[in-house]
Amino acid sequence: MTRILSVKDLVIKFYTFDGVVHALNNIAFDLEEGETLAIVGESGSGKSVTMLSLLHLLPMPPAKIENGEAWFYGDGKEPVDLLKLNRSGISKIRGGKIGFIFQDALSALNPVMTIGRQISESTMEHLGLSHAKAKEKTIKLLKRVGIPGARQRYDNFPHQFSGGMRQRVMIAVSMACNPKIVIADEPTTALDVTVQAQIVDLTKELQKEFNIAVVWITHDLGVVAGMADRVLVMYAGAPVEIAKAQDLYAKPQHPYTIGLMNALPNMKGDGDSRLASIDGMPPDLMEEPQHCQFVWRCSHAFDRCWKEIPQQIHVGDNHIVSCFFDVDKGRPRENA
Amino acid sequence: MQRYILSRLFQSFIMLVGVLFIVFFMLQLTGDPVALMVSRNASPEQVEELREELGFNRPVMVQFADFISKAVRGDFGMSLRHNQPAMELILERLPATVELASIALLFAMVVGIPLGLLGGANPGSIWDAFARGAGLIGQTIPNFWLALILIMVFAVNLGWFPSFGRETWQFMGLALPTKSVVLPAFALGLFTMGQLVRFTRSAVLEIKNEDFVRTAYSKGLADWRVYVKHILRNAAIPLISILGVQFGYLLSGSIYIETIFSWPGLGNLLAESIGNRDFALVQAIAFFTSLVVVSLNLTADIAYGMADPRIRYGEQ
Repeated sequence: MTRILSVKDLVIKFYTFDGVVHALNNIAFDLEEGETLAIVGESGSGKSVTMLSLLHLLPMPPAKIENGEAWFYGDGKEPVDLLKLNRSGISKIRGGKIGFIFQDALSALNPVMTIGRQISESTMEHLGLSHAKAKEKTIKLLKRVGIPGARQRYDNFPHQFSGGMRQRVMIAVSMACNPKIVIADEPTTALDVTVQAQIVDLTKELQKEFNIAVVWITHDLGVVAGMADRVLVMYAGAPVEIAKAQDLYAKPQHPYTIGLMNALPNMKGDGDSRLASIDGMPPDLMEEPQHCQFVWRCSHAFDRCWKEIPQQIHVGDNHIVSCFFDVDKGRPRENA
Repeated sequence: MQRYILSRLFQSFIMLVGVLFIVFFMLQLTGDPVALMVSRNASPEQVEELREELGFNRPVMVQFADFISKAVRGDFGMSLRHNQPAMELILERLPATVELASIALLFAMVVGIPLGLLGGANPGSIWDAFARGAGLIGQTIPNFWLALILIMVFAVNLGWFPSFGRETWQFMGLALPTKSVVLPAFALGLFTMGQLVRFTRSAVLEIKNEDFVRTAYSKGLADWRVYVKHILRNAAIPLISILGVQFGYLLSGSIYIETIFSWPGLGNLLAESIGNRDFALVQAIAFFTSLVVVSLNLTADIAYGMADPRIRYGEQ
């Protein structure tokens, strides 16, 4: 496996009128070529902020990148730090090397531009194609993502498509220039379940076909199990656990991940039992973190958890957790 | 789209009927129209004679029917002062007003829209301060005052432009504008310019936060491309209807400016005819102006429909 992206120590704050929001605290993860990394976590945990910041798509101000590196290995021989790129540098990466699929395709597509043009303009920009060539390529792509009558549909507007078809168009937009990475920001949330499955399958097919690494942002653990190679679990702007998907489901190491798994409805349970939940509320991000952010809700918390921020430690093959407590042994870790 | 146009046409028709109604009864409301037309020391016999001659002795509804049937044929009667059909006088004066209004609108668009775009694109910047200043000044300076100041500075003191009248340059049968239009067009267009700055600025500010703009950036498009192809293209749709309304305002609202600059247009004619109590002419101008405004709004509505695919294809 070759590394395609390596994010280190990413810290992002939002400077608002009410105070400083500590949106991301030391996010670090790697992405391999062609793999699928799912980022899960509740709303406000920083999933989207992480990925948007890499492409300079966060509104700055109020957002500010305080620290961090994001090495991208897919642009020529030398790796580039995405966070240090200038305006024209990042424009070449956006769409050309890293594509984005947004959540709500209706609002994410320009209502007064034909979908054909919205795909073509990207290929014309990055691949330098002529109008005619870009159109042919777009029609091929539309066929590939499963739009019936692609040639006629080229001149249609977003509102003339159904929700699922629009999301297919969105996928075509993101993959128009054969990118190395596609970031999918909750692309199935606005769709009904059968369409969700089609979109997931389509993404998987295209990923294999073009060897694209996919970062799939979601809070749907079912989708994660179905498609992710590895999973990054985020909580309150911090990475709590990174593991292979099967490891995460089989032996979660972080108390938060364990809580999430317990909260999944179980088909075998009797019909009367209530769904489990994690007690408490996510912390206020206005306060600068001094210790583990999960400590208020954690049943394993001990005195050290209130004093220090846990660092990422390797607990197995490709399994990283940020916790002082060893849930397997039922006592604090010695090597943390 | 056809149904959309038909429904707009029907609305315009209803509006014009209403205008005819108001224009006719406006005259009745002023009391005895004949009393206003004759001189103060006319004998009652003379008044009665004129009343009979003009048909004012007939029942009101008969007069109204007569008025409507003539009006739809473009016959608004004779101007008493000019002794010429009212409509003919209007058509004579129309080119001057169209010239003034078009150049005023052109100035307002060329300055207002880019300024609004620059301000909206960089809120809080020096450009934005400039745009907001221009918007405020344009909308708050009274145009009759501005006209006087312009005459004082640029016509009297500097002598760059004539202070009154209209000169045209005859070229291939066309009467093209000369520098005589500059001062009146500036004075007239400044308000519209202010409106366009403010409107474009707020439209850009709103649209640039839309999700599809983020998508456009995520495709790696250059800034100018995002602004022109995505933001401005979306802002243009509401802008079209504003432009229609503003052009109607410019075509009809130039009484002060045309009077101050002695511009031989419709506004000047209207002011003159009111002063002369030339009622046939006042009625004709009032109706004609409404006709222009209504048709411009109709045109803007149709253009709006064509520019917005959601309306264009909405009924298929």
